[in-house]
Amino acid sequence: MAELKNVQVNKQDTVDNKETESSSIIQTDKKVVFEAKNFNLWYGDNHALQDINLTFHENDINAIIGPSGCGKSTFVKSMNRMTELVPIVRTEGNIEFRGDDIFKSGMSVEELRTRVGMVFQKPNPFPKSIYDNVAYGPRVHGIKKKSILDEVVEKSLRSASIWDEVKDRLNDNAYGLSGGQQQRICIARTLAVEPEVILMDEPTSALDPISTTKIEDLMQELKKDYSIIIVTHNMQQAARVSDRTSFFYQGYVVESDDTNVIFENPNDKRTEDYVSGRFG
Amino acid sequence: MTLIDKDIIANKRSGRQTRNSILKWLFFLCTMFGLMVLIMLIADTVADGWDSLDMEFLTNFNSSRAESAGFYGAIIGSLWLMVVTAPVAIVLSVGTALYLEEYAPKNKFTEFIKINISNLAGVPSVVFGLLGLAMFVRALALGNSVLAAGLTLALMILPVIVVASQEAIRTVPASVREASIGMGATKWQTVSKIILPAAIPGIITGIILALSRALGETAPLVVIGVPTTLLVTPNSFLDSFQAMPMQIYSWVKMPNEEFQYIAAAGIIIMLVVLLLMNSAAIFIRNKFSKRY
Repeated sequence: MAELKNVQVNKQDTVDNKETESSSIIQTDKKVVFEAKNFNLWYGDNHALQDINLTFHENDINAIIGPSGCGKSTFVKSMNRMTELVPIVRTEGNIEFRGDDIFKSGMSVEELRTRVGMVFQKPNPFPKSIYDNVAYGPRVHGIKKKSILDEVVEKSLRSASIWDEVKDRLNDNAYGLSGGQQQRICIARTLAVEPEVILMDEPTSALDPISTTKIEDLMQELKKDYSIIIVTHNMQQAARVSDRTSFFYQGYVVESDDTNVIFENPNDKRTEDYVSGRFG
Repeated sequence: MTLIDKDIIANKRSGRQTRNSILKWLFFLCTMFGLMVLIMLIADTVADGWDSLDMEFLTNFNSSRAESAGFYGAIIGSLWLMVVTAPVAIVLSVGTALYLEEYAPKNKFTEFIKINISNLAGVPSVVFGLLGLAMFVRALALGNSVLAAGLTLALMILPVIVVASQEAIRTVPASVREASIGMGATKWQTVSKIILPAAIPGIITGIILALSRALGETAPLVVIGVPTTLLVTPNSFLDSFQAMPMQIYSWVKMPNEEFQYIAAAGIIIMLVVLLLMNSAAIFIRNKFSKRY
């Protein structure tokens, strides 16, 4: 009975969030890139995401925080339909990318994943040269001309602020780089297909503090041209880098607001407990 | 007050150490036993066959007279056989492995197919010979041709290559697949650009080991009825042919002792070919395998 009550409270919360967000649209006048509407997801019988309503705007860094197992990674993986690689996943409701439902028939996953790039938790370069790693995306999409590829590789590596470290060894295997460098290669690889949104699933959790700082600085640069949605279980990181923060708990969005509101003046007791480190 | 009696520990120590060194030597002897038998076998074969090994042996057809009997027909026949077996087996089994690992839905039926293919690898070769006899020699009326025998051997080594390829494909981490799929690459682009290049050393190793097994296999050829004395090499895939293991088998059966030496010479040639193939497999595995 107590649990049921909890659920209702949660639903109430998410509705409130939507209202506050609608008001912030008017304030910020930024275009909406992603909008989840009553989105639900099950892994077999496990109801991992429940009635998610969230809006993400252009050129924002949106942090998604929450304790392990709260569904935050699952949610970002739904946004470019990577969850479909898990055979037992079932979804309901929709997620709109620039007004189009990403689950509707006729939506090409290849196109979606091209426009919505992803950086993963562990650096996962291909066992190829640095150059081939970054050129992979453009090549996959049919760009063969060497001169264009050269430019794309340099531009992407510069944007990922790793050009100076690797420019003399572009033909070396990417596995020879440090973890932090590999992760920036992976970011460059994602940038090379010029996506509109970059999803980052705990991109610094496997990295040392110096590499983490580099990637956080990089995100501030990237937000000028891209919308970023970053999952992190590091609250300080969310507070440092993001404009908006959503707090996930047990598959629900408890609260979603401007980052300073979430961290300084949260509405919900659970948000306050989590961001102040009392649990999670 | 201690629970552990230090005297007991001291008394037991030398016994434990002795057992340890005894077992070490025992395991060493086990290793040496296999090695010694192999060396003796090779030494005996080389001693028997060395004198018969000359250019004539390599360029003559088989003959009823031991001094002029040669291995030429069998060598060429085995080459023809491989020309059929290798492409058929490679295409079918790598395709199967890719389907099972990358495309097939992950369900009970796929698991069932995978288990059955692994089991197929353990089916005795003579059974494959009977299958070839019924299907290719009789039903498809191919006779005891290169094509019939080549297809039979291809079926025989198919599960071996499938299993080796599956294992090689599985070593490519999921994170790398996700990276490729996550950039909008199609399944086939991911397979051809990421998975196959990473898995190919393992796949090639499996292919070479399987082909060397096919090259040395006698039982299916006996069942199919591959001739032992032909004075021509095949001109097409529908012609009869001779094969190295079959030729050796027929020489060993000869009452005339001279033929034992000829058989030994044939074994040397076949061993050299097989050892070269296995060395190539080991070389490829060590040189090109990628570590994640």
